Amino acid sequence: MDSTGTLWLPPGHSTFASDVDFLFYVIAYLSLAFFVIVTVGSLYLAFRYRNKGKRELTSGIAHNVPLEVTWTLIPTILVFVIFVWGFKDYLKMHVSPKNAIEVKVSGQKWFWSFEYPGGVTEVNTLTVPVGKPVSLLMSSQDVIHSFFVPAFRTKMDVLPNRYTRLWFEATAEGEYDIYCTEYCGKGHSEMLGKVLVLKEQDYNNWLSEAAAASSSLSLEEYGEQLYRTKACITCHSVDGTANQGPTWKGIFGKTEKLADGSNVTIDENYIRESILNPMAKITAGYQPIMPTFQGILNDRDIDALIAYIKTLE
Amino acid sequence: MIAIPEKNFLNEPRGLKSWLVTYDHKRIGLMYFFGIMFFFMLGGIFAMLLRLELFNPGKDFIEADTYNQFFTLHGAIMIFLFIIPSIPAALGNIILPLQLGAKDVAFPKLNLASWYLYVIGAMFFIASLVAGAADTGWTFYTPYSIQTSTAVIMTGTGVFILGFSSIFTGLNFIVTIHKLRAPGLTWFKLPLFVWGLYATAIIQVLATPVIGITLVLLILERVAGIGIFDPALGGDPVLFQHFFWFYSHPAVYIMILPGMGIISELISVHATRKIFGYKPIAYSSLGIALISFLVWGHHMFTSGQSVFAAMVFSFLTFFVGIPSGIKVFNWVATLYKGSIRFTTPMLYALSFLILFSIGGFTGIVLGTLSIDVHLHDTYFVVAHFHYVMMGGTVIALLGGIHHWWPKIWGRMYNETIAKITCGIIFVGFNITFFNQFIIGAKGMPRRYYDYSEAFHFNHAFSSIGAWLLGLGFVIMAIYLVHSIFKGKPAGDNPWGGLSLEWETTSPPDPHNFHSIPVVEHGPYDYDKIIPKSAYQDELEKAKATA
Repeated sequence: MDSTGTLWLPPGHSTFASDVDFLFYVIAYLSLAFFVIVTVGSLYLAFRYRNKGKRELTSGIAHNVPLEVTWTLIPTILVFVIFVWGFKDYLKMHVSPKNAIEVKVSGQKWFWSFEYPGGVTEVNTLTVPVGKPVSLLMSSQDVIHSFFVPAFRTKMDVLPNRYTRLWFEATAEGEYDIYCTEYCGKGHSEMLGKVLVLKEQDYNNWLSEAAAASSSLSLEEYGEQLYRTKACITCHSVDGTANQGPTWKGIFGKTEKLADGSNVTIDENYIRESILNPMAKITAGYQPIMPTFQGILNDRDIDALIAYIKTLE
Repeated sequence: MIAIPEKNFLNEPRGLKSWLVTYDHKRIGLMYFFGIMFFFMLGGIFAMLLRLELFNPGKDFIEADTYNQFFTLHGAIMIFLFIIPSIPAALGNIILPLQLGAKDVAFPKLNLASWYLYVIGAMFFIASLVAGAADTGWTFYTPYSIQTSTAVIMTGTGVFILGFSSIFTGLNFIVTIHKLRAPGLTWFKLPLFVWGLYATAIIQVLATPVIGITLVLLILERVAGIGIFDPALGGDPVLFQHFFWFYSHPAVYIMILPGMGIISELISVHATRKIFGYKPIAYSSLGIALISFLVWGHHMFTSGQSVFAAMVFSFLTFFVGIPSGIKVFNWVATLYKGSIRFTTPMLYALSFLILFSIGGFTGIVLGTLSIDVHLHDTYFVVAHFHYVMMGGTVIALLGGIHHWWPKIWGRMYNETIAKITCGIIFVGFNITFFNQFIIGAKGMPRRYYDYSEAFHFNHAFSSIGAWLLGLGFVIMAIYLVHSIFKGKPAGDNPWGGLSLEWETTSPPDPHNFHSIPVVEHGPYDYDKIIPKSAYQDELEKAKATA
């Protein structure tokens, strides 16, 4: 839901915004109530019982069980409610819908680049359709960055050694600020971008025009090329036959049993780890013989292989 | 007329050398005091320069690189050289053995060694100023801290050495509190300041080694490329964040717990009132110390840590808030049917209640998972920790300084000027930091050299507040130094306190007490005893004749 912005919070334009803002104000008003009790209470008592010029014996009351139970129990109950409420909303931010448009985000000193399905790339502008969930698969080329869109009330760190994910659904067309919120050096405060939210039709038109204009290979096509040129094909089939290594056909999203008996779900981070550190998690029934591709494949190469594997349903 | 004892720890023995090789806890505490005050000033100057640069968007007078070094220096100096040693090593060192009725701490040589380690650690910081100060932020996050060309190793070594200084103090205090209490001074007759220092010391001893190990690993990573944090070598930069906060979150309580101890003293003594809820306050210090080890992940809700971990850390974070809340309610209740004197220390205690409450409530906001996603790494966080660290710890420290100043020097500062200064600091602080909550919630990220025009007014407003705050500290430095030489003699017990430090002379004898004190009453028995105080007698007489 949209809000036009308040004294405290900026206008909100994602499906998360109204929930976050509402809870923020619930806590703010509760805090205000307690703050008034503490401040007015202490100032009132201090003036009411101020020293009148002579020293004297004072009250020895040092306990009052009902009072002490009250001021322990009420805050405990309140923070428990707030905890559950905050966690519930946080969960929503972490489960991206299946039908989300996936955009690959790459942070580096000091700009953002975005790669859309079909291989279109943009720098510092993220173009998305209104009313559609968009899921960002993010990684960094150098140090840690953090992707923050205040209008969407969402933020996630962007790491150099693994993928993180963030999703949102914009609720209004417009242009919204992207900030980097993890300190990354000299240009940290210039690492800015915009989210451009368009009508779905306009987005589709923009995407197909941009794709036609781009002559380069898509990420998936590039991945298929790497599959052959980097010799993955020697051990991994794409048609379901088991060679020295597991087949890639339909592997993405599957839960595999490992040699040590545990289970793992094949996701972006698992594939990345298996390329860079193949000995970490060996699939049950296979020998630990794969060499590391650390230093042979760069991040874009790994992204491309993952994109290719995803197409092998 | 009140006299100052001719021979006291300040002038017996004489000479610079007698100070540099002293084992006297009071002298070591004072040397710490001058050290931390120097670095408070230095860190403050960097803060002023930052606020000056941030007065307008864009470049005002320093480059982005310099700005990054300045905010790193401001944070690192304030944390490692000022606020962590401030209350325990300076005030605690002087007051703790006095409150216990002891001649000294348990290990006086270790105490002196800890001060020298502090000085050596500080020298690494000073040297790094020349060698190209680190620009990593005080948090040293990898991989940035591995890649930057600035003097991370030198600063890291400084922090490592300062860590040992902190461990020595903590160890010393634990043993001192266990073994050197005067006859009759049972655990539940201890002043609450001692309980605060005890809980602090436990954290110092248990948590500080972790930052030492972490910094050694960081230095090895830079020097030898061991590949533990560097992703290019298969390391994990987020692991560094876990290690770092495993120390640095408990360290927040190293900073605030002794401050809370001071507030218990101030409110009880200056309200002439038995403290309300002695045991809940004492136990909540230990409770906070325990839970403080289990909440570090709340600094990492957006770092990509698992949702389950975030849930656990959020839950525990809320429950570390409860003991703090209990303390606040007990302090307020202590005012009920007391006899409150609006002395300078009392004004600081009341300021603390207001500012620390704001810091605490905004902590609840930040502990809430869904809201923290929006607020993390914005000015809202900056404002929150300044309300806790400055509005809490520093205000408590100032209250403690004004409370024990006449005990340490035997002389009183000008109370009228001190009260006005307290007001200037309170107003300046709120002008500086309150509106940072607002720009933070609106989305202004922290550690930004430049910002959009939309935030201009608030930034300029903050900068003006910072200069007012700075003015307050300059006035304070002047009247405190003046009082050392020209202050009115204060006598043994100017405030009419009941804990043991008020039974000896001001300044105390080199050996603290002429005979071993025997404890016959609790530290807060104002319902049974009206303490003797020559200073209060004079005030009452002056009031009566007026």
